[in-house]
Amino acid sequence: MAGTPEYDPITGRSTTGHEWDGIKELNTPLPVWWVWVFYVCIAWSVLYVVFFPALPLGDRPTEGLLGWHSRTALDTEVARADALFHNDKTARLATLGMDEIMADPDLRAYATRAGAVIFKDNCAPCHQAGGAGTYGFPTLADDEWLWGGTPDDILTTVMHGIRDTENYADTRFNVMPAFDYLSPEDQNTLADYVLATRAGTPPDGPGKTLFEDNCAVCHASTSEGPIPDGNQVMGAPALNNAIWLYKGTKEAIVSQIRAPQNGVMPGWAGRLRDSDIKAVAVYVHGLGGGR
Amino acid sequence: MSPRKRACTPPRRAVRVNEEATVTLQTNAPGARTDTGPYHEGVVKAFVLAALAWGVIGFMAGDFIAWQLAFPALNLDTPWTTFGRVRPLHTSVVIFAFGGNVLLGTSLYVVQRTSRAALYGGPLLAWIVFWGYQGFLLLAGSGYLMGITQSREYAEPEWYADLYLAVVWLLYLTIFAGTLIKRREPHIYVANWFYLAFIITVALLHLGNNMALPVVLFGGDSWTKSYSFFAGVQDAMTQWWYGHNAVGFFLTAGFLAIMYYFVPKQAQRPVYSYRLSIVHFWALIFLYIWAGPHHLHHTALPDWTQTLGMVFSIMLWMPSWGGMINGLMTLSGAWDKLRTDPVLRFLVVSIAFYGMSTFEGPMMAIKAVNALSHYTDWTVGHVHSGALGWVAFISFGSLYYLVPVLWKRPGLYSVPLVSLHFWIATIGIVLYITAMWVSGIMQGLMWRAYDEMGFLQYSFLESVKAMHPYYVIRATGGLLFVAGALIMVYNLARTIAGSARPAEARPTPAEASAAS
Repeated sequence: MAGTPEYDPITGRSTTGHEWDGIKELNTPLPVWWVWVFYVCIAWSVLYVVFFPALPLGDRPTEGLLGWHSRTALDTEVARADALFHNDKTARLATLGMDEIMADPDLRAYATRAGAVIFKDNCAPCHQAGGAGTYGFPTLADDEWLWGGTPDDILTTVMHGIRDTENYADTRFNVMPAFDYLSPEDQNTLADYVLATRAGTPPDGPGKTLFEDNCAVCHASTSEGPIPDGNQVMGAPALNNAIWLYKGTKEAIVSQIRAPQNGVMPGWAGRLRDSDIKAVAVYVHGLGGGR
Repeated sequence: MSPRKRACTPPRRAVRVNEEATVTLQTNAPGARTDTGPYHEGVVKAFVLAALAWGVIGFMAGDFIAWQLAFPALNLDTPWTTFGRVRPLHTSVVIFAFGGNVLLGTSLYVVQRTSRAALYGGPLLAWIVFWGYQGFLLLAGSGYLMGITQSREYAEPEWYADLYLAVVWLLYLTIFAGTLIKRREPHIYVANWFYLAFIITVALLHLGNNMALPVVLFGGDSWTKSYSFFAGVQDAMTQWWYGHNAVGFFLTAGFLAIMYYFVPKQAQRPVYSYRLSIVHFWALIFLYIWAGPHHLHHTALPDWTQTLGMVFSIMLWMPSWGGMINGLMTLSGAWDKLRTDPVLRFLVVSIAFYGMSTFEGPMMAIKAVNALSHYTDWTVGHVHSGALGWVAFISFGSLYYLVPVLWKRPGLYSVPLVSLHFWIATIGIVLYITAMWVSGIMQGLMWRAYDEMGFLQYSFLESVKAMHPYYVIRATGGLLFVAGALIMVYNLARTIAGSARPAEARPTPAEASAAS
């Protein structure tokens, strides 16, 4: 039942005469601007469909008048970026040795910038931004190296990792044994000695004897009057400085003597391109402590 | 034309459409024929209470995961409390539990009143749908926390919960359509078109997207696990056909239905334009269903599909705004009520957020814009300006309207508390969406920044760190929103308890119409 249209003095419109639960409707025409914007949107859409791939007719969609395609557009952009920025630099990084790369200022600068990107995406989660390091993950921005700090040393470490025996036969490998057979008193004495070597002059006494008997074979660079200055061939850290992988408190040192932690770094050969691995090695070398 | 008519003749264009009017609208107050016939309102009350309870749970879950993003330690190191499990709990509870109960409750209320017919199937069928729907929500939500999910966004429940929901939903459709069929009004009111479009399309989307094969049929040892019937990019397209239209038909069409009933009721004004309601309804439901591919721009989805997703999204702009125009312009002659009526303020601001979101959406569907916005917090902000500003605000408005009417109270317990809720929630939303705009655009710009040697300037990690302050602001905004919802629950509980203070209470439309 259509009711009687009523006149609404506020809007100057009449109602349609319909009513539901007291709700009435005005018989207002469509707003002109609304209709025209709608038409413009439709017209624009029709044009877009004409110019770009759009309609799935038969076994191939319409190509569009512009001949645009997302894959070719990507290829074009990549080619343009290559020509503008990368030229032959990526290829040269892949083929040249580290010494040659370091000797070429342009290529070295390029590799440093490329390596920064690789580092931030792949290395920073453990080694932290800028190689600052954290508990269990060595700082790369100082001149203290576990396995050597020359460009080639760093390259080897990045490629094959440390204790990544599952994936790389050439991985860097050592294991610090547990000295849990030493008495707790001896472990304490040893930790005190290690801490004392930071002052520079290791005092004679039972601590020094314990160090020479148990630790010096790895943690000293020389067998003549051994001091805990580390041995990068063995991958054994220097102990006579303020740089610690697992904290430098006496408690932490005793813990490492009794039940050592041996961290694992994954290798990246085969996972990153050779040019990327060399770039990241150049970047790490340049963080402040490269030798 | 009568002399009286000519005396207040409005501009020329209007004369033409007014020619058939022979009497003047006597009163702005609706209700000359307001019918209080024997409607089934007990189940509507239950839906209202369920919406309030689920709403608080869903908002709190959302704010909890917002704090998790700012402070990951809040994942609490248990599988049940990790972001990965609580996030689908949040989205499902706010969309399907809060929004769903508001939609089911209001639809069963509105369809009776505007059809002058009690619910088809009687109270029994309605209560089966109520408990059936709550059962689905518990089945799905508890599954998420235990790690049972088919990993489809907004469609995480596994196959057995999906089948169960399909049955409940068809019963709901039966009630709604049956009530429309036995209506005692000549026409179907526009709100009911939107409700019907919502119910039918959600059924289609649900069945289409959840076509999955339980592994147990093929000798698998898990009763709960299933895999999608579709593979690869077709699976992704099916998911976003569903996902986009869940927004379109659940969160847009359904809530436009709420708008078309509660805004004219609360404003006590006729709907602005009957023609606009017809044209924008059909345009909206025809265009919305094709726009899903814009969620997969710049992916493996074929170029032609991306093109169509984009152009249909652009064409959707005006049909969406048709609802905004009809909602806002219904207030012609009633704008002054915004000063005194915070319930109307909720409804009107929700329409403003609707208009903003439905402009932002088509804009973000443009491929060039999407290249910046995709995968960033901008999307999250966009969704929440729609979810908090539009869906939740219009729900709050309708709940504030319904509770005094359903429980036959003289008014709300406290109108100033409604105003407090309005302001605290609005500030919360503004904090939320501005933080997400800034962080989203910043993310997008950081991800595409190149240095002069052609290398990316920032890593993903750096962009994550840069988000932190904005995540704190977002979670703070969420906290305000939760606080507002708790104020509403308190206010409505006191209203139901009969604590309305007549001195403060503004007459409800029902009361006003009873008096006229």
